Amino acid sequence: MSVTTSQLTLAKAITSGLRHALADDNRVLLMGEDIGALGGVFRVTDGLQKEFGADRVMDMPLAESAIIGTAIGLAFCGFRPVVEIQFDGFIYPGFDQIVAQLAKLRYRTGGAVSMPITIRVPYGGGIGAVEHHSESPEAYFAHTAGLRVVTCSTPQEAHVLIRQAIACDDPVLFFEPKRRYWTKGEVTEEIADAIPLQSARVVRDGTDVTLVTYGPLVATALDAAAAAASDGVSIEVIDLRSLAPIDFPTVEASVRKTGRLVVSHEAQLSGGLGAEIAAGVTERCFNWLEAAPARVTGFDVPYPPGSLEEHFLPGLDRMLDAVDRVLGHPNSLTGWTE
Amino acid sequence: MRSTMAGHDPREAEFLGQEDFVQLVTPAGERIPSPGFDPWVADVTDEQLADLYEDLSVVRRIDTEATALQRQGELGLWPPLLGQEAAQIGSARALRSDDFVFTSYRENAVAYCRGVKITDLLRVWRGTSHGGWNPYDVGMAVPAVVIGAQTLHATGYALGCAKDGVDSVAVAYFGDGATSQGDVNEAMVFAATFKAPVVFFCQNNQWAISEPVTLQAQAHISERAPGFGIPSLRVDGNDVLAVMAATRVALDRARNGDGPTFIEAVTYRMGPHTTSDDPTRYRDRDELEEWAAKDPISRLGALLDSKGLLTDELTARVTARADEVARELRAGCLALTAPEPLTLFDNVYATPHRGLDRQRSQYAAYLAMFDGGAE
Ligand SMILES: Cc1ncc(C[n+]2csc(CCOP(=O)(O)OP(=O)(O)O)c2C)c(N)n1
Repeated sequence: MSVTTSQLTLAKAITSGLRHALADDNRVLLMGEDIGALGGVFRVTDGLQKEFGADRVMDMPLAESAIIGTAIGLAFCGFRPVVEIQFDGFIYPGFDQIVAQLAKLRYRTGGAVSMPITIRVPYGGGIGAVEHHSESPEAYFAHTAGLRVVTCSTPQEAHVLIRQAIACDDPVLFFEPKRRYWTKGEVTEEIADAIPLQSARVVRDGTDVTLVTYGPLVATALDAAAAAASDGVSIEVIDLRSLAPIDFPTVEASVRKTGRLVVSHEAQLSGGLGAEIAAGVTERCFNWLEAAPARVTGFDVPYPPGSLEEHFLPGLDRMLDAVDRVLGHPNSLTGWTE
Repeated sequence: MRSTMAGHDPREAEFLGQEDFVQLVTPAGERIPSPGFDPWVADVTDEQLADLYEDLSVVRRIDTEATALQRQGELGLWPPLLGQEAAQIGSARALRSDDFVFTSYRENAVAYCRGVKITDLLRVWRGTSHGGWNPYDVGMAVPAVVIGAQTLHATGYALGCAKDGVDSVAVAYFGDGATSQGDVNEAMVFAATFKAPVVFFCQNNQWAISEPVTLQAQAHISERAPGFGIPSLRVDGNDVLAVMAATRVALDRARNGDGPTFIEAVTYRMGPHTTSDDPTRYRDRDELEEWAAKDPISRLGALLDSKGLLTDELTARVTARADEVARELRAGCLALTAPEPLTLFDNVYATPHRGLDRQRSQYAAYLAMFDGGAE
C-alpha cells in the first residue's frame, strides 16, 4: 500500500483502521447495532458495509450479551470479530460474556483457543448526553485477567492502535473517547506497527510534575501543562494508551525525573486506575517521590445529568489544583479538615 | 391467523380483522364490529371518544413542541413518539391509578396519562435530572434507557402485588428491538412461572434505530410469548379503541389471577429515533407515506366525524387545550435550570458514606476558591 497521510478526525482514523483490517484479513468481521446502513451512531463504520458487504459488516439484533457471546463462538471458529458497543453504558448486558467467558477461554483451554476479539466502546463524558451515555467503565475490564484494555487520544494513535488491537490474539477492550471523535489530526497509515500495543507515550516533556492520564483527558492535561508553563511550572504529560497492562517503565522514568505524580481520569475515584498507578509508582519509586501522589478523577457518584457534568469531569483547573498540591503550593485543600 | 389468546381464553376466539391483528376502527375511520373485543369497549361513551381524541392531539402537540425546543437548543435530545399516540393512549387510559407502569424513554404519552407533570417530562432531556418525578406519585417508574431492563422490574412489581393480595397490575412498555434482549425473555420466563399479574406491552414501531423489525424477529413478535406459556394479542397500534380493548382484556386476566399477557401493538415511528438520528440513511419515503395513511389521530377524527361528533366546538376545545399545554411546556422548559453543584453528591446512598462525604467536602473547598476564598 502506498504511503498515505491525511488529516482525519479521530472517528475517521478508526474507520480507516477498520477498513485496513477488513481488507487485510477476510476473517475480520464487524458486528454491532446500527453499524451497517447507519454507519453506527457515531458513523465510525460509515461506508464499510457497502464496501465489504453485509456478511463482513453485520448489523446485529439488539442484545449485547448475544453479540459478544456469538463473537466468542465465531472466534472459536477462527474469525476475528470486532464488536461495536453503541455506548459505554450498554456494555453491561454483555459484561458477563466478557469477564466470565471471553477473558478466560485461553486459560481454560490451556492456550488451545485464541480469542482475538476487539470490543470497541465509545466512552466518557463531555458531550452533554443522557444517562448511560457517558460512562467510563475501563477499570472493570482492567481488573479482569485475560483482557487487554486500550484507549487512544489522537487520530494517529487511534488508527494504529485499532489495527494492532484487531491483530492481537488476545481480547482487547478498545475505548474510544467519544468527545474527541471530532478532533482532527494527521494520520499516516503505514506505521501500523510503530506503536506497540502496550506502550505509553510522553506527550509533553517536563521536569517538575508527572501528569499521567489517557483518552479524553490527554488534551485537557496538555492545556493544563501549557497553563502551568506560563506560571513557570513544568509538567510532563504521559498518555498511558494501554490501561492493562500499564507501561510502568515509561511512568517510572518520568517520576524519577520529576519526583511528583498526578494521575487523572474521568472514571470514579475508588478502585479506579488512578489507584493502580499511584500504588504501582509508589512501589517502584518511593524514594524518588517528593510528595504523595494526587488523583484528579470523577467523583464516586453515578455519572450525573448533563448540566452537572462540568463538576464531575476533571478539568484543567482541578488538574492544576492537584499539581499545586504535589508541589506544596497553596491549593484547595490547604487548611481543609475532614 | 397466528397466535391469539384462543386456546387460552375462551373470551377471545374470533376477533382478528383482515389484517392479522385486532382492529376496531379502520384507517378510514370506519367502526368495524368485533364480537370478541366489542364488549371490552362497549362502555366507551361518545364523550370519552372525544376525550381520547383530545389526548391524542395533546400528546402530539407535546411531541412537536419538545422537538422544536430541541431544535432551538433548549433540550439536548428528544425521542419523538409521533405516530405511536394511539398505542400509548389506548393502553394507558385503560389502567387504574393503582396499577404501576415501567417504561423506556419514548412513553411520554403514557406518562401524560399517568399524571406526570409535563415539565417533568423534560428534565432528563434538558440534562437537569436522571428521572424527573417521584414514581410513587404517579404509578410510573422513571424511564429506563437500558433496553429491556424495565420488563424485569415490572415482573417483580407484579409478583409483589400478588404477594400483597392486591389486584393491581404492572405494565411493561418496550419496543420491538427490546424483544431481542435477554432481560425481556427472562422476564417472560419469570412472569409465566410465577403467574405474575404483568402486561407486556410491546410497541412494534417497526424500527430499532436503523434496524428493521425483521432483524429482531422472523415471526410476529406476538408469537414469541406463547412459547413461554404467555398468551398474546396482536393489535392495530394505531387504533386507539382496539388498543384499549386489548389492554383491558390483559388487565382483566391479570386482576383475575390468570397471569401475564403479551400485547404487540403494531404501529410506526414516523419521526427519527431521537432528534439526533437521521432516518433518511436507512428508510424510504414510501414506507412513511403508507403509514401516514394509517394515522391514529385522523382515524379517530374520521370516526368522530361520521358520528357527527367532530364539531367546531370539539376542534376548538382540543386546539385550545393543545395550545395551552404547549405554552406550559415551553415556559416550564425554560425555567428548568441546572441544579446546585454540590447536589452532585446527593441521593447516591441512603445512609452516610464516609468516602463520599470526604469528596463532597473537598469539592466544596475547591469551589470556595473561586468565590474569592483561598488562592
Ligand atoms: C442495552 C442497550 N443497548 C443499546 C442501546 C442503544 N439504543 C437505544 S434505543 C435503541 C433501539 C431501541 O429500539 P426498540 O426497542 O425497538 O425501541 P424504540 O426506540 O423503537 O421505541 C438502541 C439500540 C440501549 N439503550 N440499551
